[in-house]
Amino acid sequence: MIQHIVLYPIIVHLLLAILLLFSWNSIKIQKIISAAGSVLSLLVAIWLFSTVWNEGTLTIQAGNWEAPFGITFVADAFAATMVLLTAISGIAVSYFSIGTILKARLKFGYLPILHFLLLGLNGAFLTGDIFNLYVWFEIIIISSFVLITLGGEKKQLEGAVKYFTLNIFASVIFLTAVAVLYGLTGSLNMADLSLKVAAIENRGLVEVTAILFLIGFGIKAAIFPLYFWLPASYHTPPPAVSAVFGGLLTKVGVYALIRVFTLIFVGDAFLETIILTLAGLTLFVGAIGALVQNNISKIFSYLIISHIGFMILGLGLYTEAAIAGAIFYIIHDIVVKTNLFMVSGLIYRLKGTMSMKNLGGIYAKHPLLSLLMLVPLFSVVGIPPLSGFWPKLSLITESFKIENYWLIGAIIFATFITLFVIARIWAEVFWKEGKKLPTIQNFRYFHLLKLEKKIQILGPIAFLAFISLYIGFGAENIQQLAERVGTELMNNQLYIESVLGNIKEQP
Amino acid sequence: MEFLLAILIGLLYASGLYMMLRRSLVKLIIGLILLGNGANLLIFLLGRITKGKPPIIPEESKFFLDAYADPVPQALILTAIVISFGLQSFAIVLIKRAYKVVKTDDLDQMNSTDEFS
Repeated sequence: MIQHIVLYPIIVHLLLAILLLFSWNSIKIQKIISAAGSVLSLLVAIWLFSTVWNEGTLTIQAGNWEAPFGITFVADAFAATMVLLTAISGIAVSYFSIGTILKARLKFGYLPILHFLLLGLNGAFLTGDIFNLYVWFEIIIISSFVLITLGGEKKQLEGAVKYFTLNIFASVIFLTAVAVLYGLTGSLNMADLSLKVAAIENRGLVEVTAILFLIGFGIKAAIFPLYFWLPASYHTPPPAVSAVFGGLLTKVGVYALIRVFTLIFVGDAFLETIILTLAGLTLFVGAIGALVQNNISKIFSYLIISHIGFMILGLGLYTEAAIAGAIFYIIHDIVVKTNLFMVSGLIYRLKGTMSMKNLGGIYAKHPLLSLLMLVPLFSVVGIPPLSGFWPKLSLITESFKIENYWLIGAIIFATFITLFVIARIWAEVFWKEGKKLPTIQNFRYFHLLKLEKKIQILGPIAFLAFISLYIGFGAENIQQLAERVGTELMNNQLYIESVLGNIKEQP
Repeated sequence: MEFLLAILIGLLYASGLYMMLRRSLVKLIIGLILLGNGANLLIFLLGRITKGKPPIIPEESKFFLDAYADPVPQALILTAIVISFGLQSFAIVLIKRAYKVVKTDDLDQMNSTDEFS
């Protein structure tokens, strides 16, 4: 029963979260369970990934109900990659949280909720049922609401109000879209929907439904006109929470967009134009937003928005190479963005502030640490051997093929501004002569921490830096993976056949 | 019946959006609740309304002889109601906390996270 592996990444986190809830009173035991459990979930994710890589798409029907009637879980190469990335990012954030999150937050169930969040993420990636996807989205957002508000500081609550309003609103729109789609086709299984939507004659209604999905997922992915909640909220929680949000949450939106627009709503030139336009504008506006900020955590928030543009762009171009580029970008982005927020957390621990005006002199004081932080910072720009460079190459090539020079302009502009912003961070935070900042009472500065804590902070950063170096220098392997995902996504009959069995046999 | 429901759903969506655009926190939550209810009713309507028919087909019959109720939309609505109940109760506790900490329920005053710092 090899296909049971599909459910293991979900079950591991569910059991972990329950175990963590049972050890509510002892933070020490919670820390051990979370740390060991993250390793276990990484092993499970690697197992799932290698099985999918070697044997092709795995599917499992919940309760043995045949495909279009029951809930299906599907692990194709795309889903397995996302689960693997979730596990990598999850293990880093779990260790970083153990090192940096204050005891007061841990006491009120921070770690169980973190694992519920990872549970929801894995579920969203693996499900093959559109309503089930909605349910996983709700699990993700309710866990993220708790994580963003835990602690109850003023700025956290203000950020949370915006975050939860827009996320609930996005869910309502997503639910509306599911309702309309169910009314049109009478099915919820994504593979079955793909066949049924293609057969509908009233294309106008299909387009409206597609736009509803675009708006619903677009708010979650923070694409151009729908992103305002992100910079208002992502910098408010502790850096460990920002890391998991910045690395994974917006990518779920991108994942859902790519899934829905390569499987269900395909071959619509109008939609592709809309997606391309939004992608270009997202690149542009996010970059400009990053330019004017002073708080490093806010700069990274705007960089998230800008770089979402690259992934959406790959989807909008809609060729195998472009989608492969988008997948490569997602792989790179999850690792690097998680790491960037952890770097901002480390800078905060070093100096007690995140404002660029007050920061400075880190390189003179901690040259080795600066070198470590250099890796994620320069990876996000994509200076050639590092990881951000390779996907942009295929995206620009594909944009040239359709001769859309506005898009190429947007890509180059966004990359250039990213370079400028990171160079400015490097100059202001690391090279500039440090000011004498007033010492904050009772603040746990980095140099005051125990060695054990220092390892818990630096370990995850080094781990993710190592992985992004691997993505950069072993780009050939990642490109192979991305191309395979691209091919699978563009030939969606493979997905449909693995869920529904051979279609031709059915009457 | 369908016609009336369609109008009701439209009204719920419209009033929900209107309430969300107001400045008060409480009205924001009311707006979200109305929108959620509108979405639930929409699923119900688009799942085709059948009156007084069971969702079960007799075991001995091989074909659909009569109209039957589709049980799926009702299962979906039930799930959606439970989820939105959870979210709304969280939201109400959150706005109470936010009101206590920020000391205002005017959304225009809650802009400190967007300011330059």
